[in-house]
Amino acid sequence: MKRLRILAITTLFILLASAFGCSQEPIQQKTDKNAPAATAATPESGSQLDVILKRGTIRVGFDTFKPWAMKDKNGEYIGFEIEVARQMAKDMGVKVEFVPTKWSGIIPALLTGKFDIIIGGMSVTPQRNLKVNFSLPYEYSGMSIVASKKLAGGRSSIDDFNNPATTIAVRLGTTAAEAAKNFLPKAKILFFDEESQTIQELLNARVHAVVASNPLPLNLSKEYADQLYLPLKDDFTKEPIAFAVKKGDLDFLNWLNNWVRVTMSKGWLQNRYEYWFFTNDWENQIQ
Amino acid sequence: MSAEFLNKKIGPLSLAALADTAKTLLLMTGIVWLLVLGSQRLGYNWQWYRIPQYLWTVTDKGFTWGPLMEGLGVTFRITGISLVLMLVIGLTTALMRMSNSWAAQGVARGYMELIRNTPLLIQIFFIYFVIAPILDISAFRSAVIALSLFEGAYASEIFRAGITSIDKGQWEAAMSLGMGPYAMYRHIILPQAVRRVLPPLTSQAVSLIKDSALVSTIAILDLTQRGRMIDAETFLTFEIWFTVAAIYLVVTLALSGVVWLLERQFNGLKA
Repeated sequence: MKRLRILAITTLFILLASAFGCSQEPIQQKTDKNAPAATAATPESGSQLDVILKRGTIRVGFDTFKPWAMKDKNGEYIGFEIEVARQMAKDMGVKVEFVPTKWSGIIPALLTGKFDIIIGGMSVTPQRNLKVNFSLPYEYSGMSIVASKKLAGGRSSIDDFNNPATTIAVRLGTTAAEAAKNFLPKAKILFFDEESQTIQELLNARVHAVVASNPLPLNLSKEYADQLYLPLKDDFTKEPIAFAVKKGDLDFLNWLNNWVRVTMSKGWLQNRYEYWFFTNDWENQIQ
Repeated sequence: MSAEFLNKKIGPLSLAALADTAKTLLLMTGIVWLLVLGSQRLGYNWQWYRIPQYLWTVTDKGFTWGPLMEGLGVTFRITGISLVLMLVIGLTTALMRMSNSWAAQGVARGYMELIRNTPLLIQIFFIYFVIAPILDISAFRSAVIALSLFEGAYASEIFRAGITSIDKGQWEAAMSLGMGPYAMYRHIILPQAVRRVLPPLTSQAVSLIKDSALVSTIAILDLTQRGRMIDAETFLTFEIWFTVAAIYLVVTLALSGVVWLLERQFNGLKA
């Protein structure tokens, strides 16, 4: 009994001590905030850009999407986004560290400081913009539909899928999920965590179609030509893709925007996009 | 103050109880304080005012439940059916394991070890992605099957423990009265065993409710899946998950309360 009490009190003390340890930094920040405006106005008052330069490493959050980012045979990450991130780090003069993150939790992970920037083919949406800041778009992506021949053969317009008898699978938290909700409000939509699960459902002929950003539907229809087909010839949306960073960091955002402008004017971004999205030259690197 | 003095009086108002209460409160305050400090340090932008619309809305048309509450309804349907099936499967397996038939024992044992030693998530995926397409089972049914099979394996051990704990004399008395196995279980053994297995079975039912969150992975619109969808759309991560956790807590506490009343009834105490 006595020993138990001593233990409880010791635990409490440790807890209080650690609380003090933790509290030191926030108190520091608070005094900074209350200090005269001069401190706040200094340019290096805490831009993430300076943090990255001092650390010598930029930490990049992303999730695997073919061909945006994927693993090659040696377990290294390759893809359009990976190349963009490497080039950006090179121009910044720092090393790059990749932090793979589940797509549905990628924005919370950015906000809690797991990495500095999302370079993951993220489309700009007003809802996302409420929580993060976006750079200028460096690419555009379009949504497409890939459908099961067995369940939904012969359909050729988006209206053919917009009825209660149709079931659509999408990946949770993607703009494909939003596009499906907006363009197919009458259809039944299933939300899965992984792209592979939606494809599994489609190949099992349990859903009529999958909505995803191209070139995934295109590649799927080629790979499983006897089971799947593309009902629509063109993408039904065009979404700007941009880098996402924490809110309120104008320095970092300014650097990113100008990086996009400069890199685009050199033609480098367009060139790499062509390579990853319209050629299959990289196919032998992954399989 | 010696420890003996503190231990002398035992009751809700004794000095020892008061001291313990004070310590607990201090500890809780410390933990809450740490949490608050932690969240300040993250610089998270709390937006609790955006949460109530996901629970319910009141408009000119009247009162409607929000998506989280609709999800809770699905969770209730899944856990309700699974709970009944869990009891049936559990009791059947327990009786099979205690029967004299060698085959029944083997089947029951095999089922229990297989289910108890593999992760529930894998079982859900296996049933939904492998078995269900072949037999054409819906997602909802796959979820119910996976959950009741999983929890049933645990329930069977609880039932078996309860039944074997009944005094040998009771069995002998029943047999000497010329009772068959059905009458013996129905009138002598099970009424006594139920009283003993009620507390662990409650834990199992609470586990069932919590484990049902895993069915969100096969795109069933239960409470957790609704939470994930709102989180994916609004990024109110912390607010949504605290709310969802609180709803689960309220449901499981309510269940524990009901069983507590039930236990008093069984033990002859009127609540």
